[in-house]
Amino acid sequence: MKFKVTGSILLLLAVVIFSCQNDGQIEFNRYYSGGSAIYLAHCANCHGNKGEGLQALIPPLTDSAYLKKNKNVLACFLKNGLKEKISINNKTFESEMPADSLAPIEIAKVLTYVTNSFGNKLGTINLQQVQDDMAKCR
Amino acid sequence: MRKLILGVILLSVLNACSNKQSKLPILGNREPVTNTVDGKSVVDTAYATIPDFKFVNQYGDTITQKSLEGKIYVADFFFTTCPSICPVMHRNMLNVYKEFKADDNFRIISHTIDPKYDTVPILKRYADKMGLSGNNWWLLHGDKGSTYTIAKSYLQTVQEKNPAGQYIHDGFFILIDKQKRIRGTYEGTDPKEVDKLIADIKILKAEPEQAVTK
Repeated sequence: MKFKVTGSILLLLAVVIFSCQNDGQIEFNRYYSGGSAIYLAHCANCHGNKGEGLQALIPPLTDSAYLKKNKNVLACFLKNGLKEKISINNKTFESEMPADSLAPIEIAKVLTYVTNSFGNKLGTINLQQVQDDMAKCR
Repeated sequence: MRKLILGVILLSVLNACSNKQSKLPILGNREPVTNTVDGKSVVDTAYATIPDFKFVNQYGDTITQKSLEGKIYVADFFFTTCPSICPVMHRNMLNVYKEFKADDNFRIISHTIDPKYDTVPILKRYADKMGLSGNNWWLLHGDKGSTYTIAKSYLQTVQEKNPAGQYIHDGFFILIDKQKRIRGTYEGTDPKEVDKLIADIKILKAEPEQAVTK
């Protein structure tokens, strides 16, 4: 009996907390969980399941400062690939990243996933933002 | 009845313990051969072996069957610009490399299937970036024909570029013993299979037949 009561209280509490999530949080969760599947299908082979990269060949995705600084060009990197030398965690990487044929919404989701995983915390990168960024691709 | 069940359980547990594999299977085609020993003909089994080859490693050294004499080795096929399974394979192979780095009687050989792009200097740069040093992991360059032919003897299939511009190849790691026989194939993209490869190399090294140095 005691357990039943505790159980119902916990359940009620969970429902309350869940419904307290604001719209922003719901959008974030939607982008993030969708992004995780896209990451595994399109990115994880090279960048690793934990964003660890591969030695000096493939950069890790753990450099929060770099991601923050380049937040507005990340969408272009995914759309057009990346050929230029970059410095990640103070190491130089120069191998080419091939372009991938992801839709803008998929780019938004996977960027939200990457920039909020592996120790990063940059918040949601939504579709509108990705479209704005992509209009300015070099 | 209860005692019987207990007995059966105990027996199966003990059996499971003693069942530990101490010898690896020998894979590939086999055929009977008749040898003459002491004037009598004896039927023996001939196992498929890796034929002789000649490739060049990332240091520009010529590598032949002779370079691998008295060594257990693991072979795979890759190319440096491979965007799909190769990074996963070599992320996993790095664990094999680290485990047996100090063993001079062990080698890893990775054949490039894109010799046009993956020249010796490109292979050297790849090795450097992977953090490879010494001679335990060779990246091998050879003409396309010889590489594709040797792939068959490792039970592997490699193909020319598909319409999307990608090479198609198997992601297997193949374990070869000192008698040049295939002793195991492992899915190189699966960390669990690669753990098994590491365990199997240890089993293989302990086999009496593998004690030979030449």
